[in-house]
Amino acid sequence: MTDKFISIEGIAKRYPGASGATTTIFENLWLSMARGEFCCVIGHSGCGKTTVLNILAGLDAPSEGTVIVDGQSISGTSLDRAVIFQSHALLPWRTVLGNVAYAVSSKWRRWDRAKVKAHAQTFIDLVGLTGSEHKRPSELSGGMKQRVGIARALSITPKMMLMDEPFSALDALTRGTLQDEVRRICLETGQTAFMITHDVDEAIYLADKIFLMTNGPGAVLAEVVENPLPRDRGRTDLHRHPLYYALRNHIIDFLVTRSKTFTAETPDHDPRNVPMVHIGKPGLTIAASDEPRQTRIPGTSPGLTA
Amino acid sequence: MTSSLRLRAGLVSIVLLAAFLGIWHLATRSTAPVATMSPEYAKLMGLTATQGKSAMPGPIDVGAKLWEHLKRPFYDNGPNDKGLGIQLGYSIARVGTGYLLAVLVAIPLGFLIGMSPLLSKALDPFIQVLKPISPLAWMPLALYTIKDSSISAIFVIFICSIWPMLLNTVFGVASVRKEWINVARTLEVGTIRRAFTVILPAAAPTILTGMRISIGIAWLVIVAAEMLVGGTGIGYFVWNEWNNLSITNVIIAILLIGVVGMLLDQILARFTRMVTFPE
Ligand SMILES: Nc1ncnc2c1ncn2[C@@H]1O[C@H](COP(=O)(O)OP(=O)(O)OP(=O)(O)O)[C@@H](O)[C@H]1O
Ligand SMILES: [Mg+2]
Repeated sequence: MTDKFISIEGIAKRYPGASGATTTIFENLWLSMARGEFCCVIGHSGCGKTTVLNILAGLDAPSEGTVIVDGQSISGTSLDRAVIFQSHALLPWRTVLGNVAYAVSSKWRRWDRAKVKAHAQTFIDLVGLTGSEHKRPSELSGGMKQRVGIARALSITPKMMLMDEPFSALDALTRGTLQDEVRRICLETGQTAFMITHDVDEAIYLADKIFLMTNGPGAVLAEVVENPLPRDRGRTDLHRHPLYYALRNHIIDFLVTRSKTFTAETPDHDPRNVPMVHIGKPGLTIAASDEPRQTRIPGTSPGLTA
Repeated sequence: MTSSLRLRAGLVSIVLLAAFLGIWHLATRSTAPVATMSPEYAKLMGLTATQGKSAMPGPIDVGAKLWEHLKRPFYDNGPNDKGLGIQLGYSIARVGTGYLLAVLVAIPLGFLIGMSPLLSKALDPFIQVLKPISPLAWMPLALYTIKDSSISAIFVIFICSIWPMLLNTVFGVASVRKEWINVARTLEVGTIRRAFTVILPAAAPTILTGMRISIGIAWLVIVAAEMLVGGTGIGYFVWNEWNNLSITNVIIAILLIGVVGMLLDQILARFTRMVTFPE
């Protein structure tokens, strides 16, 4: 892991709580992503995933620590980091086309109207909203709004996509199509992606690395799971891969039981060296250091591995 | 369903109007002479005493007089006898000038205050004290400093229309949804462009509501202000006709003040609808 495109270094987020106390959502959080990597975050509701994403976007400042992107500590938002918001965040007084065009004309300020419109239109077509360009957000369904948000983020061709449950409101078919499109675009353009999801299969299909977060408050990044599936994986034969179920079980195990008990059971957890889990390999290496630590992973018995 | 409701409501309105006019007519119609008296005395007392005619004009008198006014709205026979159109024109011009000046001050200022929590807190006590002052209380001060009655009236309109617009602009700008601001931030939209492309459209319905309240207050205040400063305008006309004891003209003026006020409100209501967006 030499190329750290994104590096979150010891960030914390605290809010003033009741009667002068402070609530710590998370602290001493470290994680890194390589350029072009697709990372998914999984964790229970309220653990602080959106907060991490907002800090990465530069919308929110961490109470402690820094975020380093491309060797530079960030100090605000950037057109290089596009956000798909959990709440869609469409401008209700603009049409679908207007919302996407707003992003396009913000990125390329010298483009004339026709060029902006044509560019916006390609991304509206991409998310399957052809014919709804002139509708206002209030006239759209939740899934359609979400797709406008996706089109808006994709349209500015950022270096990094920050996605907050981008497909949660979509039906299975549309979701599949959009997952394919987003994955294709990220792979083709070499975008780095950070995506929050509650859908384990979505994470397995899309991610190169899956970050597992424990429950809040005081959430920690428990493990980084490396996806053993090949990069050119297909949606339909995903479950045929010999490691698919081991991976899936490992994540679900974490969500069902270990996310609650992790902090208590792992007192020696080092947030700077979060264990990197390689499903199917007997060893467990540490994400940030080069020395492998020999530990057996629950749920990956040698019998299951290929 | 809705069209039939509108039809029925319209019918009820017409019935109510007819009933009102009927009662008014009955209440003010001539009765038999109440007393016989010497012609000299009768002349002195006027029609009220001699024919039992009420001093209050009936709807037919008012209607006839109104028709007369409407036929010649813009005549000008010197300072005390001008057409109603001219008088209303003066009032509308004063309201328009004072109001537009208030718009030019209140909206940019409201934007600044709304976008800056510091200014918002610092200016709040001043606004809280200035807002409840009756605009007419400013009149002597205005007359003393400006030394021109017409401009003083405009100043009074300015001062009374500024507060609702200022407060609504501040509120509208300060309560723009954070997620819309965040969209602009992630797109690296500069402050000026953000103000025009996100904050203004988002706050516009609230701002327009303030402008609508303001125009209503301004139209209320102009009548009183013109009664005070005199000279021209519909307020002065009311006062002048009262001095002439022409209740008919006073009633006509009241009616017209209402109609113009309604029109002004409707214009602003239409603008408000234009900038309102469904969520
Ligand atoms: N402004 C705030 N003041 C106080 N606490 C806050 C504030 N914003 C968020 N929180 C708390 O921070 C925690 C993390 O919130 P966050 O939105 O990051 O959760 P999440 O992991 O994205 O959840 P979900 O999956 O439901 O979207 C929550 O417990 C929430 O109560
Ligand atoms: Mg969230």
